[in-house]
Amino acid sequence: MHAKKLIILSVLLALACIAFMTLGAKGSWSFLLVFRGTKLLALLLVSVAISVATLLFQTISGNRILTPSIMGFDALYLLVQTLLVFTLGGFTYVALDGQIKFLAEIGVMLLAAVLLFSTVMGKGRQDLHRMVLVGIIFGVLFRSLTGFLQRIIDPNDFAILQGASFAQFSSVDKDLLGLGILLVSACCLIIWRLRYTLDVIALGRSNAINLGVSYERLSFVVLVLVATLVSVSTALVGPVAFFGLLVTSLAHFIMNTHRHAILLPASMLIAALILVSGQTVFERILKSQSTLSVTVEFFGGLLFLLLLFRGKMR
Amino acid sequence: MIEINGVSHNYGKSKILQNISLSIKESGITALIGPNGAGKSTLLSLMARLQPLQTGSIMFDGHSVSQTPTRELAKTLAILRQDNALSSRMSLRDLVGFGRYPHHKGRPTAKDHRAVEEALDYFDLQDMSGRFIDEVSGGQKQRALVAMAFCQETKYLLLDEPLNNLDMYYARSLMKRLREIADTGKRSFVIVLHDINYAGAYANEIIALKDGTLAIHGPPQDVLETNALQTLYSMKITVTQHQDQLVALHHL
Ligand SMILES: Nc1ncnc2c1ncn2[C@@H]1O[C@H](COP(=O)(O)OP(=O)(O)OP(=O)(O)O)[C@@H](O)[C@H]1O
Ligand SMILES: [Mg+2]
Repeated sequence: MHAKKLIILSVLLALACIAFMTLGAKGSWSFLLVFRGTKLLALLLVSVAISVATLLFQTISGNRILTPSIMGFDALYLLVQTLLVFTLGGFTYVALDGQIKFLAEIGVMLLAAVLLFSTVMGKGRQDLHRMVLVGIIFGVLFRSLTGFLQRIIDPNDFAILQGASFAQFSSVDKDLLGLGILLVSACCLIIWRLRYTLDVIALGRSNAINLGVSYERLSFVVLVLVATLVSVSTALVGPVAFFGLLVTSLAHFIMNTHRHAILLPASMLIAALILVSGQTVFERILKSQSTLSVTVEFFGGLLFLLLLFRGKMR
Repeated sequence: MIEINGVSHNYGKSKILQNISLSIKESGITALIGPNGAGKSTLLSLMARLQPLQTGSIMFDGHSVSQTPTRELAKTLAILRQDNALSSRMSLRDLVGFGRYPHHKGRPTAKDHRAVEEALDYFDLQDMSGRFIDEVSGGQKQRALVAMAFCQETKYLLLDEPLNNLDMYYARSLMKRLREIADTGKRSFVIVLHDINYAGAYANEIIALKDGTLAIHGPPQDVLETNALQTLYSMKITVTQHQDQLVALHHL
């Protein structure tokens, strides 16, 4: 039954991809193929990064309403980015090779994420309210620090930063695509090998240790993976608050299982299906460029409120 | 053999366990009793490495719990905790199946499937094995958790109040089964019990904790004794005899 659902999702995604590539195609095919192809690739990559990061985060923190972005992960990435522009200056920043910059940002991001989040991550199970609070505080802190830095830097530097701070599925940063694919694939490979262990981790710290899983070490690994995935997606399309939540909730709802071997591919497929078909509809049919992110965030946000009110914490 | 040596434990400034030293024999049932807050669950969780040891050492057959890899220990000892909040959505069969994880690491063999079916039969769960854990009663979930710990097939099994939520029928049949298995000499059980009569009837030895210290450690006849029980629980308890079994009348 699970396999059947996965196949249906894959077929739908394939159709969405074909629609995205072919609808309203005018002019030279070789140009279109490259142009739309890179965009499609970026959408798929972002889908994978966000869905996997959210699923992992929920598994390790033992709840189903918190996501990396609600906890301030992408705000942290933006802060790191701003800090780099601030310390290096806009000129040096722009002159730097995009990929080196990206790697440096991810490096700082990992360090900061481990320092800040490793203490609170595992506690979610016992104390969800504290986690929510920590997330809100971190998020606000990172955002206001970013805002503060952006206000005191040079206006030119500010313009450089601005491009990064809105979710834009329509204009992805193509330079980082290759490196992003590399990083996300590496993360996915590690995660796929951990898929059974993740099932055990979802039972909670005590049960996991009892069953012989080195819980502390693995939650560190997962934290690093989540931070990397969030960095990639934020670098490509900017922060997205509720998309991950929407995707994992749908995956749980459709698959109704605890097994990561199913939840992982399911949430990847669902995320990609929403992004690709949504982008096709908005860009090709409705001709409005940037409304997809707004729509996705709107429904994700509604879902978040719904889950909160219904007390579906777990 | 389980050897506990000079174990003390603090939460902040409050002393929860103070210099506990004892050894538990290779096979049989050891009951751990004591008032609420005596430190029974804390001791059990330290034995099962769920918390790091602050002072002292705990060894299972000469393997220290703080030094032996978790993965190895999972084949030697299993614990059933007092409170179990499970957030995953899974069937009772899946839950029980997790007990086999230390052996198959996610790829169950025929042997693992057989062990799960046996445990389901053993604890009378077969007809509800497809139900989700959040859709069964407290006692049914408790039986599934016991079955899961059982499935792990470890030499040592630490059970923290396994009779929680069980009705008289299942409480007695669980204790009888533990007794049967203990009598084969292959596995040993450390069981936290509040009903002193169960401890008296089924355990080889009783360990009593009070205020974080070892109060009594001995055979049931040492513990099921009016004075001993009255000091331990600070209440009036009469002990009588029914056939050849000592019975504490703690409910009157
Ligand atoms: N996480 C914790 N932080 C602080 N104090 C704790 C914590 N866990 C337990 N305690 C305290 O430690 C003492 C021993 O608790 P423990 O759970 O070991 O008792 P117990 O003997 O199992 O009691 P019960 O029969 O109620 O299960 C109690 O006084 C309790 O308040
Ligand atoms: Mg207890």
